[in-house]
Amino acid sequence: MSDEVAIKAEELTKVYGGSLLAVDHISFEVKKNEIFGFLGPNGAGKSTTINMLTTLLKPTEGTARVNGFDIVKEPAKVRQSIGVVPQEYTADEDLTGWENVLMVGDLYGLPRSFTRQRAKELLDMVELTAAANKKVENYSGGMRRRLEIAMGLINQPTVLFLDEPTLGLDVQTRAAIWHYISKLRQEYGMTIMVTTHYLEEADAYCDRIAIIDHGKILKIGSPRELKEGLGGDVVSLTVSGSVEAAKQAIVQVLSVDVDDVDQATLRFKVRDASTAVPRLFEAFNASGIKISKLSITEPTMDEVYMEYTGRSLRDEEVSSEEAFRQRATIRRARKRWPSASR
Amino acid sequence: MAQRVKVDNGPLHGLWAITNRELKKWYKNYVLLGMSLVQPILWLGLFGKSMNLGSLFSANALNIPGLNIPKSIIDALGAEIMKSTFGTSSYFSFLAVGMLAFIVLFTSMQSGMSIVWDRRLGFLSKIMSTSVSRGNIIVGKALSSVIKSLAQATIVLIIATLLGLQYRSGLTVLDFVGMYAALFLMSLGLSSVFLMLALRSTSWESQMAIMNLLNMPLLFASNAFYPVRLMPDWLKPIVQVNPISYANDIDRQLLLGSTGMSSLAFDFAFLAGFAAIFTAVSMYMSWKYLTK
Repeated sequence: MSDEVAIKAEELTKVYGGSLLAVDHISFEVKKNEIFGFLGPNGAGKSTTINMLTTLLKPTEGTARVNGFDIVKEPAKVRQSIGVVPQEYTADEDLTGWENVLMVGDLYGLPRSFTRQRAKELLDMVELTAAANKKVENYSGGMRRRLEIAMGLINQPTVLFLDEPTLGLDVQTRAAIWHYISKLRQEYGMTIMVTTHYLEEADAYCDRIAIIDHGKILKIGSPRELKEGLGGDVVSLTVSGSVEAAKQAIVQVLSVDVDDVDQATLRFKVRDASTAVPRLFEAFNASGIKISKLSITEPTMDEVYMEYTGRSLRDEEVSSEEAFRQRATIRRARKRWPSASR
Repeated sequence: MAQRVKVDNGPLHGLWAITNRELKKWYKNYVLLGMSLVQPILWLGLFGKSMNLGSLFSANALNIPGLNIPKSIIDALGAEIMKSTFGTSSYFSFLAVGMLAFIVLFTSMQSGMSIVWDRRLGFLSKIMSTSVSRGNIIVGKALSSVIKSLAQATIVLIIATLLGLQYRSGLTVLDFVGMYAALFLMSLGLSSVFLMLALRSTSWESQMAIMNLLNMPLLFASNAFYPVRLMPDWLKPIVQVNPISYANDIDRQLLLGSTGMSSLAFDFAFLAGFAAIFTAVSMYMSWKYLTK
């Protein structure tokens, strides 16, 4: 494995109970210092994959290397070198934020003097210093998520796994969480693998995205590549004058198919509208065609996602334990800090 | 990244962190702490004092018309019956020592609940993503439960002494060391058993049901309230494999000077074996089942 790769999965497979294929021979690489997004519907195999990479689950077949360590043969070394922020809020509610971070340091066997120093820095980074000595049961959803991030970083990991870090949080808090994640990448040079349901977040913050469904990776690429893969931007324009002349000009300049929307409006798809449209303007100017209205619609991550995973609703059954945990997570995410608004 | 630090990768790292967390949850919660301290007081005061078997054999209770038995004889006879039955002339003392094991049993049983909640709330998966050894998760929890049990047993002992526990003459510090050792082994073994039962459980209701199902039988099929000698023959073998009986037997021999069910050496060997086997099995199960 080259120095540039932080995670390399090879034919990673998990079969539950002998028949349920949760993850189906997936292979992918995550480069160092990259924010890698994992998207997919519920039950697609995201969490199972993360659990295998973080050594909580043993793969049925295949393996992966994380930081150069084999997840099957060297799970202890993998655990030492990674940080994990699970989907649930795992901090102990009866203890303070400070005590929780120290405890995780102890679980890693770090010397206390080091843990104290690092805990102070981390709580400062996630802006929890003021609330450090308050019991976690009083924290708001955003504060708890920030605490979880601090807990996941205590052992100076080089790779951080985040499972649904913004689930159930309000828009401002979600933006703040992503701000920390981006900061970790830039200031600490970390590699971050993240799953999320919020497609616009994946679009805005991830360097590359893998779309996974039914245990298989359907597509990997940068958000830009994935969106371009759909055939590009949709341009619709209304001309005052001859529609036929305009149509001919478009076909001539861009060689794309043009649809008539109504008597004066045309619509076509083009790979990159920002460079195509100026070229079209020149041609229209030359032949004296006037445009009265123009709109460009870029494809969204939602459309990419729908394209690969389909539009059917997923009525997935979860175990009562899982359902309980999901409800608990959402409930806590919505909680407000008693004194401040967030 | 910042400086590299020396990381303790030994097999015991993180053990105390887990124990300490459980203890903090206990002693920082004043309501819980208070309740767990008041409970033995209530049991001792209400049950221990109201079940006054000694008065059955006193002159006041035994007054047969027509037979003019002198009071002193009845009292002497009563004391002898009590002594040969319970190993002490004071039933309260007999019961109070049994209460030590009783409170240890109840506290040890609770250990299973914590692992069920940790699993439900996701804390367990957090612990498992760290480099702490899987065996330590269960041993750490068992250890915290042992410490809580012994703290409560100490309260029981103090209250019992204040309420008139009659120690044997020639009591030494070693007797108390022996008592704590017996309760330690019993608690370690029982906590391991209940943690093991809870290891794969996700519902606290079923864990409660197991506790409720087992606590009374474990208690009554032991010598906590009545001596083994008076029990029906079919029950005796059960009492004689019940670790609670052995802890009681040790404590009564050491503190009250009773004649035991078996020798102290055998009692200790039995308890040590019980604790060792179940701790080992629970550690093995923890390795096996906590990694899916």
